[in-house]
Amino acid sequence: MKNRNIPKKLQDNLITIGIVVVCYILVMILSATGLLSNLLQGLLVPLCAYIILAVSLNLTVGILGELSLGHAGFMCVGAFTSAFFSKCMENTITFAPVRFFLALLIGGLCAALIGFLIGMPVLRLKGDYLAIVTLAFGEIIKNIMNVLFIGRDSHGFHFSMKDSLSLGLEEGGDVIINGAQGITGTPKDSNFTIGVILIVLTLLIVLNLINSRDGRAIMSIRDNLIASESIGIHITKYKLMAFTISAALAGIAGVLYSHNLNSLMATPKNFGYNMSIMILVFVVLGGIGNIRGSVIAAVILTLLPELLRGLNDYRMLIYSIVLIVMMLYNWAPNMIALRKKAANRFGRKKEVA
Amino acid sequence: MKKKVMSLMLVLAMAVSMLAGCGGASASGSDTFKIGGIGPTTGGAAVYGIAVRNAAELAIKEVNAAGGINGYQVEYKFEDDELDNEKSLNAYNTLKDWGMNLMIGCVTSGCCTAVAAESSKDNMFQLTPSGSSTDCTANNDNVFQVCFSDPNQGIGAADYIGTNGLATKVAIIYDSSDVYSSGIYEKFVAEAANQPFEIVSAEAFTADSKTDFSVQLQKASDAGADLVFLPIYYTEASLILTQANTMGYAPKFFGCDGLDGILGVENFDASLAEGVMLLTPFAADAEDAATQKFVADYKAAYGDIPNQFAADAYDAIYIIKAAAEKANATPADSVADLGTKMQNAMREITVDGLTGAAMSWDAEGAVNKAPKAMQIINGNYSLIQ
Amino acid sequence: MSLLSYLINGISLGSVYAIIALGYTMVYGIAKMLNFAHGDVIMVGGYLIFTFVSTLNLPVGLGILLAIVLCTMLGITIEAIAYRPLRNAASSLAVLITAIGVSYFLQNVALIIFGANTKAFTSVVSAEPLKLFDGQITISGETIVTIISCIIIMTALTLFVNKTKAGQAMLAVSEDKGAAQLMGINVNGTISLTFAIGSGLAAIAGLLLCSAYPSLTPYTGSMPGIKAFVAAVFGGIGSIPGALIGGIVLGIIEILSKAYISSQLADAIVFLVLILVLLIKPTGILGRKIQEKV
Repeated sequence: MKNRNIPKKLQDNLITIGIVVVCYILVMILSATGLLSNLLQGLLVPLCAYIILAVSLNLTVGILGELSLGHAGFMCVGAFTSAFFSKCMENTITFAPVRFFLALLIGGLCAALIGFLIGMPVLRLKGDYLAIVTLAFGEIIKNIMNVLFIGRDSHGFHFSMKDSLSLGLEEGGDVIINGAQGITGTPKDSNFTIGVILIVLTLLIVLNLINSRDGRAIMSIRDNLIASESIGIHITKYKLMAFTISAALAGIAGVLYSHNLNSLMATPKNFGYNMSIMILVFVVLGGIGNIRGSVIAAVILTLLPELLRGLNDYRMLIYSIVLIVMMLYNWAPNMIALRKKAANRFGRKKEVA
Repeated sequence: MKKKVMSLMLVLAMAVSMLAGCGGASASGSDTFKIGGIGPTTGGAAVYGIAVRNAAELAIKEVNAAGGINGYQVEYKFEDDELDNEKSLNAYNTLKDWGMNLMIGCVTSGCCTAVAAESSKDNMFQLTPSGSSTDCTANNDNVFQVCFSDPNQGIGAADYIGTNGLATKVAIIYDSSDVYSSGIYEKFVAEAANQPFEIVSAEAFTADSKTDFSVQLQKASDAGADLVFLPIYYTEASLILTQANTMGYAPKFFGCDGLDGILGVENFDASLAEGVMLLTPFAADAEDAATQKFVADYKAAYGDIPNQFAADAYDAIYIIKAAAEKANATPADSVADLGTKMQNAMREITVDGLTGAAMSWDAEGAVNKAPKAMQIINGNYSLIQ
Repeated sequence: MSLLSYLINGISLGSVYAIIALGYTMVYGIAKMLNFAHGDVIMVGGYLIFTFVSTLNLPVGLGILLAIVLCTMLGITIEAIAYRPLRNAASSLAVLITAIGVSYFLQNVALIIFGANTKAFTSVVSAEPLKLFDGQITISGETIVTIISCIIIMTALTLFVNKTKAGQAMLAVSEDKGAAQLMGINVNGTISLTFAIGSGLAAIAGLLLCSAYPSLTPYTGSMPGIKAFVAAVFGGIGSIPGALIGGIVLGIIEILSKAYISSQLADAIVFLVLILVLLIKPTGILGRKIQEKV
């Protein structure tokens, strides 16, 4: 459908990565000169996590063409497994970068594994039914995290799905995952530099995948399943591949998220369907299949509620209105026609999306 | 391309406007105390955050009208955390940019724990009106509580039921997805082993399934429980009472401070709550002059009857005032110095407030005060012994 | 005996899901969109009835009627402002996201107007509870009224869709918008009518939800909304009898898993059953099989 002018693609990808790197340098300079507000400093790592989430979901929604409403579930798996690991190893591995690297591996692999296991049965479903099943899986993961208790004493690990008392810990044993109270005291191993490195890695993985043979196979499934099957593309394999990579990247975002927070809990707000939908909003607003758009939309929509703080009670109300207006502006066919007309009038070149 | 350029400009504009916020903050702040508050004012827990925001504002107006703290006026700003640990850090950082030097909050335990990890690095004085988990204060010297900690409540409730022989068979209904509720539940169960009653059923619900409680009530009823312990908030409790009434099941109901406010639910049939007992430090229709004045003022200003969260927040401001006066604190002190001064003062002062007489604080930052056992009789809270 | 009473509780809960699911399935069937704001229209309906009946002391019947009229108007307005411009958008996801925006909007408007405090809804159902087996099992008046309303609404909707011109137009639009337009059907009008009916149903659902579970907050609608959506998928989304069956089945599963497996894991079990059902029968219990076009 589109012309596959490789050098242009490469150039396009380099621009995306370039934007991230320039932003990073800019922020580092500002930070060094003390010009960066506390709010923005605090937001840097979550921003990285949301960007990775948006890019990874775009792989499922935009490239594979399947709607997933359970992305927060994979993030949750990555966050909890890695935080659990770091909490256990806090005194064993004292060198933070190594510990965080291992935590990343564990979080990413666990999320990938769950993504693979979930993907195998459910990717046969289509459209809204797939969406509802992924939503269901996300909710199941959240629900399980809320009733999971793991403790450790000199006899090793204890495990329960009821309450921390039934762990039967001996005196001095310590509860690591405490049900709804989650994990408290995760070492704060993530920082902005690591976050940016992970963003760049994510972008490299996803953009390379898109421009590879595998990526073209995945996109052919999106564009016409029957046609691609008839030319011998292994549908299940490629669907699973995209879904698993997407889950693994979401898990990595979860690792970043959890190692920035002292107290990690699975609430409806952060790992429920609300979050999955929020990530989907990033993807749709940024343009389905448009990786750079996801990055920008994630930044805008994460900063927006913080910037609206001055409005007090009306903050979330205005946020919802802005969201609706932005959607209409970006997606309504009439608006797009209107915008093109306006662009023509000012003698600009027509936008080619 | 144009669209992308525009979005990039938007991002840039946002970033710049965020930067602009901090420029003004560092310059001001030497002639007033800046108290910042954090809690959920949108989302499902908004009722608690709004109560704290309003009551603290009321107290600060009173303090300012009476000449401020150590002769300095108090400025106040409250930020929303949407009941999300991550957002609460954003709120904390926003307040830091504003120039906050004293803090009340967070309203909920999870957010409080997350913020405490940051505030302890800054040595920012933090007084939480209602963050009841021990994780809030543990290893954080700068954090103090106005409310009882969860273990205190759980143990206190089990002890009260046992000592007064209220029941022999106890059922529990708790929210397993809530920090406060599951915290009390665990300590209650642990303490129950030492008490002359037996726990015959312990059933949970979660944030996602809190409309129907028929199963939990049925199980309590089938197990022959003569008392149901409800370490939960009053919104769910009002549903439980209604459904128990429909079922024709009438055990004693016993709750903690989260149940306070149940009579304030607009249009609630108070006869359903008749006989409900609760351990709470505050009751909106207590007879003493201080409470009556607070309730009247709050109602005049915000239109609602204040709940226990509001009372805790109101007390929190006066506790800050007492500690600041004891420490001879001034806004000119740096945040960290102020933190140290206030911490030392907190361990020395005793404060009489709406939620307890002669409140004092231990080394961990937990409060010492006596819970009051209340019972709802004739549609009013009344003190029992 | 306790099994029977759990079953009855499951049916009570399920009937509330069913009545919400009817609105979901109606809109999905015709407009092919997941209206995430449906649960919040239910909440608005609840607040309207609360205001009319408990605050303004209007007669109950008049209050309900006014609420239905206002919710219908709200539904039409939302559709016209937020959904219609996106009907021909490049991706069907666009309108899904707008629906989420509308959902946040309604919640926050309610928060500002009515405050965050819980309001106790006075049940408008005056039927006495039905007592069976010497009072060992009670079926509340609300349950009976909800189930009867469900069946009436379901029958009325089925008749409307199959027997009236407007209903046939809806079917035609749901089959093929373009062809329907060529046949002289006013597509915009038909979809508006669908939203009007869906939102009117939401007001009734709000009434029955709040009568059965009388606590009203700005977030009352969102969780039952999601559960009802699950119920609609269970039954086969787009199918009117499917919504009723899906709702009741979901209610029973939720109660039984709470009762016999674990009250903490009830949500997970409900969703697990949903997944299993969809894996075995990918379009729900009564859903139509979609023929793949080559």
